[in-house]
Amino acid sequence: MAEVLVNIVGVLMILAVIWWFWLGPKRSTSKATPSTDNLQILVKDGVYEPDLIRLPAGRTATLHFHREDPSPCSEWVLFPDLEVSAQLALNQDTLVEIPKAEPGEYPFNCQMQMYRGTLILE
Amino acid sequence: MTKEQQSAPTVFRLSGVNCAGCINKIETAVKTVAGVTDARVNLSDKTLSVYGSAEAESCIEAVRSAGYGAELLRSSEREQRAEQREQTQRHYRQQLWRSAFALGVGVPMMAWGLITDRVSVNTPVEQLAWGVMGLITLAVLVFCGGNFFSGAWKALRHHNATMDTLVALGTGTAWLFSMIVVLVPHLLPEAARHVYFEASAMIIGLISLGQALEIRARGRTSAAVEKLLELQDTSARVLRDGREVDLPIEQVQQGDQLRVRPGEKIPVDGTVLEGRSLVDESMLTGEPVPVKKAEGDSLAAGTLNKNGSLLFRADKVGSDTRLAQIIEMVKNAQSSRVPIARLADKISGIFVPVVMIIALVAALVWFNLGPDPRVAHMLVVLTSVLIIACPCALGLATPMSVMVGVGKGAEYGVLVRNGKALQQSCTLDVLVVDKTGTLTEGSPRLTDIDSDGDSDELLRLVASLEQGSEHPLAEAIVTAAHDKNLELQSPANFEAITAHGVSGDIGGSRVLLGNTKLMQKEAISLDAWSERAAKLAEAGRTVMYAAVDGKLRGIIAVADPIRADAQAAIERLSKLGLRIEMLTGDNHGSAEAVARQLGIDRVHAELLPEDKEGIVAELQKKGERVGMVGDGINDAPALARADVGFAIGAGTDVAIESADVTLMRSSLHGVANAVELSRATLHNIKQNLFGAFIYNTLGIPIAAGVLYPITGMLLSPIVAGGAMALSSLTVVSNANRLRFFKPSEAR
Ligand SMILES: [Cu+2]
Repeated sequence: MAEVLVNIVGVLMILAVIWWFWLGPKRSTSKATPSTDNLQILVKDGVYEPDLIRLPAGRTATLHFHREDPSPCSEWVLFPDLEVSAQLALNQDTLVEIPKAEPGEYPFNCQMQMYRGTLILE
Repeated sequence: MTKEQQSAPTVFRLSGVNCAGCINKIETAVKTVAGVTDARVNLSDKTLSVYGSAEAESCIEAVRSAGYGAELLRSSEREQRAEQREQTQRHYRQQLWRSAFALGVGVPMMAWGLITDRVSVNTPVEQLAWGVMGLITLAVLVFCGGNFFSGAWKALRHHNATMDTLVALGTGTAWLFSMIVVLVPHLLPEAARHVYFEASAMIIGLISLGQALEIRARGRTSAAVEKLLELQDTSARVLRDGREVDLPIEQVQQGDQLRVRPGEKIPVDGTVLEGRSLVDESMLTGEPVPVKKAEGDSLAAGTLNKNGSLLFRADKVGSDTRLAQIIEMVKNAQSSRVPIARLADKISGIFVPVVMIIALVAALVWFNLGPDPRVAHMLVVLTSVLIIACPCALGLATPMSVMVGVGKGAEYGVLVRNGKALQQSCTLDVLVVDKTGTLTEGSPRLTDIDSDGDSDELLRLVASLEQGSEHPLAEAIVTAAHDKNLELQSPANFEAITAHGVSGDIGGSRVLLGNTKLMQKEAISLDAWSERAAKLAEAGRTVMYAAVDGKLRGIIAVADPIRADAQAAIERLSKLGLRIEMLTGDNHGSAEAVARQLGIDRVHAELLPEDKEGIVAELQKKGERVGMVGDGINDAPALARADVGFAIGAGTDVAIESADVTLMRSSLHGVANAVELSRATLHNIKQNLFGAFIYNTLGIPIAAGVLYPITGMLLSPIVAGGAMALSSLTVVSNANRLRFFKPSEAR
């Protein structure tokens, strides 16, 4: 009886992992900035908040990264496809200039790929 | 406007400001502070500028009372760095303390288990004793490992999984299971009443220790930028109202006149107005020999004035100086991605959920098929797999090496634009080199003067004639005459005959200087001179005949001399396996002569600037990876077309922005340095990737227990924790070995 229970729990947990990380609801913490470019992104506890950013394509923008995580993992933010990177100061706003770019999805992350986010230009 | 307002404002960084309403509130509040003459908020960069003589503290207090936050803005990057370093130090010490506390709890518990082997819960006394230990361990988890748990929770809510997730899950599982054992031991089979509190504490301690050591090792990887920042002076001696005053560097303005004394650093970019000196530019260019500077020459911030006093005009200040641009570029390149890392990036992106699944599957396998005690084995396997599988090392493998490699390049005057350029530089087949300025010095010089009489007198005559001409060859002749201190006269009836030469009257005699055609046209016989001229032409020189009053008096040869270091550099490049082809707009004769002297096989001569791009494209069509070396301005299309464009002798800002690799000195040695550096870096990256990959591919199966049938033992979660702490440390340390890279030229 107990054995069956443990197995069921195990399989359910595997399914839960698959569902939560891959199939589950797409992240909804996006923010669009219609007119101002002053969007602040909090860098804390392993996540960018918001981690999905919508910006109009075809013009430059400025993102404010506010890093509160002292671990070196979060020290840099990279937008590899845009060739943009910035070293984030601790407990301060760091301005990151986003150049004009084609509409599309541009992932951004920390050096270790622990912090991950997506910039959507549309 | 009062006098005070004109002086520089004190600038604060604001927080919590969102709208125009806030601006008003803050400005009004600050203006009431004694000594403030004006206060202005800039909403877009969230700063507050305060004019007047007020204390910074009282301004901050005023902003705070209005409901916002403010702090003094550090203007200089170096101060920011210092602050950052201090914060890093603080974090380092904090991690060390966490680690010490966690290990302080974990090690005695582990020792107890090893010595007495009494880690099971069977009696109420044991229940009580281990319950207390469990609570102590909980304190460790909260105080030393709390950041892992909060990070894991937050990431989880974002459908994200990180290293924190793995650590929190691993230690959390071990603790929870142990607590269940303590609370309800009778529900579990006797063999599984084992507690793992020591594992939780030890894992937290080891990982914190690993992170602390990593922070320290990382500090060294960014040493290059720090070194560049230190080149920036903090003050400058500026001429104001006829007096020399020391001003902070931020207050120097474009157009100011500055003075540097011997032994001082040049504070900003500028042009020499007065004085002569030798300037050591090696810190920017890697060029070991100091450069002579006199009126009209340009100076770069951060270089060292050696022996003379110079008065100069500031042309570029602040972030416009070349040094600032270099720092910016290095910082950008340091954090860029290398194409080789794509796969590792993808893997580490989805790795954590995959590991969670692997851990669960392995646990179930052990539970269903494994030997007794199955529950205990299941737990050990689950915890060990979770802990050992952190993909940090994989994620760090490339950025750390790129960081050190790019920084090292800057030290040798090699500015790499991004990781891609770094990777491509190490697999080039052909190097296409623009002759002028790279293989040769770029300015023609008078090499031979043969005459049947006084050759100085002949030189004086032709130089006088050429004074008015703007031809580069003319400049070489005039310079040679100046060097010999010959007194020149102004020519009368000067005439430039297109594609032939020049003529004019000097002191009553008619002087002609030009090629064979000119002499034929004027019916002057070349006699024995033509043989001598042919010999010189064969050696790659441009030969001109000089005639005075209708009679040939001698020949003058001009050539663009080969750079002293070109030969050695080409040998180095050939040793690196690169084939070299030369491009030039010059005629075949002189091009071939240079190529022969340097041992270059293939020459493309008599090219128009637009032909160069075509040649690069043609080589690429044959499947070769082409590097192009040029001076950045007229070669721009070819540089852009090539797989790697090396802009050489980059005084120009355009080149810094557009080339893949910018070489600060006009020598091919720079290209060889760049190639050697890129190979060393890529080699280092591969080592890192291999190490990280091996670590994960071997670590996970071992943790999952594949060795159990052979060894009869499972990997302890504590060992897994130690291995995990070591993995990223190994990668960071290996990347740091690149700091000892030296190009073969300097060895
Ligand atoms: Cu990490």
